Amino acid sequence: MNKEDLKAMVAQMLTELHAQPTVKASEYTPTRHAETESVADITAIDLRAQYLVEKPHDAKAFQALKNKTPARLASGRAGSRYKTITMLRFRADHAAAQDSAFSLVHEDFAKENDLIPVKTECKDKDEYLTRPDLGRRFDEVYQKVISESCKGHRVLIVVGDGLSSAAIEANAMDCVATIEQGLKARGIDYGKKLFVQFCRVGAGDHIGDLTDCELVCMLVGERPGLVTSESMSAYITYRPHRGIAESKRTVVSNIHSQGIAAVEAGAHIASLIEKMLKQKASGIDFVQEAGA
Amino acid sequence: MSRKLLSVGIDVGTTTTQLVFSYLTVKNEANFFSVPHFSICEKEVIYRSKIYFTPLLSDRVIDAVGVQKIVDAEYENANVEKTSVQTGAVIITGETARRENAREVLNALSGYAGDFVVATAGPALESALAGRGAGAAEYSKEHQCAVLNLDIGGGTTNLALFENGDLIDTGCLNVGGRLMKFDENGNCTYLSPVLKPYFSLNANPKEVSRFLAEILEEALGLREGKRYLDFVTDKLCKPAKLLSFSGGVADLIDDAAHEEFAFGDLGVLLGKAIFHSALCSGDYLRAKETIRATVIGAGSHTTELSGSTIFYDKTAFPIKNLPVAVLTELEENAEPQQLAEHISNRLRMYDDTAAVIGLRGKRNPKFSELCKLADGLALALRKVQTSPCVIAVENDMGKALGQALGMLMPQTPLICLDGVHLSDGAYLDIGAPIADGQVLPVVIKTLVL
Repeated sequence: MNKEDLKAMVAQMLTELHAQPTVKASEYTPTRHAETESVADITAIDLRAQYLVEKPHDAKAFQALKNKTPARLASGRAGSRYKTITMLRFRADHAAAQDSAFSLVHEDFAKENDLIPVKTECKDKDEYLTRPDLGRRFDEVYQKVISESCKGHRVLIVVGDGLSSAAIEANAMDCVATIEQGLKARGIDYGKKLFVQFCRVGAGDHIGDLTDCELVCMLVGERPGLVTSESMSAYITYRPHRGIAESKRTVVSNIHSQGIAAVEAGAHIASLIEKMLKQKASGIDFVQEAGA
Repeated sequence: MSRKLLSVGIDVGTTTTQLVFSYLTVKNEANFFSVPHFSICEKEVIYRSKIYFTPLLSDRVIDAVGVQKIVDAEYENANVEKTSVQTGAVIITGETARRENAREVLNALSGYAGDFVVATAGPALESALAGRGAGAAEYSKEHQCAVLNLDIGGGTTNLALFENGDLIDTGCLNVGGRLMKFDENGNCTYLSPVLKPYFSLNANPKEVSRFLAEILEEALGLREGKRYLDFVTDKLCKPAKLLSFSGGVADLIDDAAHEEFAFGDLGVLLGKAIFHSALCSGDYLRAKETIRATVIGAGSHTTELSGSTIFYDKTAFPIKNLPVAVLTELEENAEPQQLAEHISNRLRMYDDTAAVIGLRGKRNPKFSELCKLADGLALALRKVQTSPCVIAVENDMGKALGQALGMLMPQTPLICLDGVHLSDGAYLDIGAPIADGQVLPVVIKTLVL
C-alpha cells in the first residue's frame, strides 16, 4: 500500500466517522409526562412474568422455565445490548441492595418491638463493613446489659441487623412471633429478646459466653442480592461460645416474601429448637431426619 | 437422604383385573441450609401382575371372592407381605364401577391393602390416573405440548388432556371393546345397553366398530354430528391435536397379529376401525403403557405429599374419606366472627362426618393475619363435635397456622397441612407421617364408594 492509498483510506474512514447520525439531537423529543402523572415503578414488575423477547420461537415453554427461576432470562435485546427497562431495573435492584446494606434499622425498632437494644464494638456502618471482628463482640457496658438482662434462660432469641436492615424490618418480628408461640406451646423457657446493631453472626457466641444459655437463635439480615434485598436467615447454635466452629450452626435461610414466609419459618425454627435441645447439638452434629 | 414407600395399585376394570407394586422414592430436595422440601422424586414399577379377566357372577355383579383370590395369589407371586405395603389405591373402573356390588369388592380387598390404601373410582380420577400411568402427562411436560390421552378399555374410553405436564381436563365416553361379546362361533351373546338404540344383537360387528370410532371422532370434533352425546358418561373433555392411546384397545390399533374375535369381543375390530379413522390420520402416540396404564396410575400416581412444614397433634392415622369444603377467597378473608359463620354453614352440610376445611391462605402472611384466621377457625371448630379437625391450606403456612390454632384449642386433635390443592366436593385421605414425621402422604379423590 503506497502513501496515496493510505491517505485515501484514512480520508474515507474520517468521512464515515463523521457521517450524519440517523437520529439527530434536534429531532429528539423526550417522552413527556403530565405534571400529575407519575412514572411507573419498574421495581413493581414481577421479573418472572416479564417476557421481553420479540418474535420468540416458543414463548410459552420459555415462560414455564422462567417461572422456576428469579434469573433475568428472556430479557430480549436492543442491538447487542440490554433494553432500557432491563438496564434500569438492574440498577434499581442494585441500588436497593446497597441501600439495605448501608442503611440502619430505624431508631425505634427495638423499643416498638420490646427488644433490648445493644451494639457491638463497631462505631458505625463503615467500620462494621470493614472490621468483621468488631461485629462479633461487645464492649464492657453492653456486656453488662446482656448478662444482667438475659442470664438464666435456656434459649435466647436475638435479632441482628447484619448486612440487610430491610430484611429485619420486613421479616424479623413476624418470625419472632411464631418462634415464641412455638416455644411457649412446647414449654421451652426463653429469655428477653435482644436487638444487636452492627451484628455479625458470631456476636451470638459472645452472648452465649455472657449468659450461659443453652441455645442462641439469631435472626440476621442476609447480604442483599439482586433478587431480593429483604432476605433473612436464622442461625441456631447449641451451647454457643467464642471460638465455636461455624459447622456447629444450623441455618434456615431465604426467609422473605418470595422464599419461605416469616411466620412459617418461625414455626419450623421452634420445632428445630425443640429437637436440638433434645439432641444437645446443632449444625453438622444435629440430625434433622432420624431414620425413616 | 431418601426413603422408599411401597405402593400397590389394584385395578378392577370392566374387562381386566390387574395389580402392580411400585416404589415411590421420597427425598428432601432442599439444600442443607433451607427449610426441608420433600417430594416424590422417582416412581418405579417393580412388579406387574398377569392380566386377568375380571371375574363376574353376572353382567351386573362382580365376583368379589374371585377378585380377592387373584389379588391374594399375586401378593404371593410378588413375595410381598400385606403389612409392608404403605400406600396405594384399589380402583374399580369403567362400567364395573357402576355394578351393584362395587363396595363389596372393595371390602373384600381392604385387608390386602395395608393401612393406607385408598379405595376409589370415579371417571375424572380414573381418566387422570390412566393418562399419567400411560405416560401422556410426562410426554406433554417433556415436549411442552398438549396431549389428549384416550384410554380405551372394555366399557369406557377415558379422556385426559395434559398441557406441559398439568392436567387440564378429563372426560369419559361409553366406548369400549366389550360393548359386544361373542361366543366361539362369532355369535353375539351380549350387547351393551348403550348400543341398543342403534344396534340389535345380530348387528354386523364391523359396522358397530366403525360406528364407535365415529363416535370418538365426533367427540373430538373430527367429524360433524351429535350422536356422541348419547355416549358421554359424565362430561366431555377439551380436544387436542396430539392424541395418545392407552388401554387394552390401544394395543390393537395397528395390530395384524390377532384374529378378529381373538378376545371374544369387539376389541380387535375397534382397534382397526380407529386405525382407519380420522383419529389416526395425523400424528398419534402409542402410550408408553397401554393396557396397564390405569393400574400403574393407581399404583404410582395416586399418592401425593403434603408440604414439608406442617402441623398435627393428638391424631391417629390413617384418616380416610374426609369430604372437602373449600371456602371462597371472600369467605376466608372475612373477620373472625363471619369466617366462623361461613365455616359452620359449610360444615353443616356434612352432618356428623368430619370434613376438611380448604383454604388458599396467603403467600407471606403477617403474624396478625395468621392470628385473625386462627381466631375465626377456632370459633367455628369449637362447636364441631367430630374429630380430628383438619385444615388444608394451599400456601406454605400450615405449620404456623396449626401452631396458632393449637394455642387456642390445646385439647383438640388437629391437623393443619399445606401444599395441597383441593377442590370443593373432593375427598381426602391422609396417611401416617413419613420422613421422620415431617410430611404426610395424601390422596385426593373425586368420589367415594
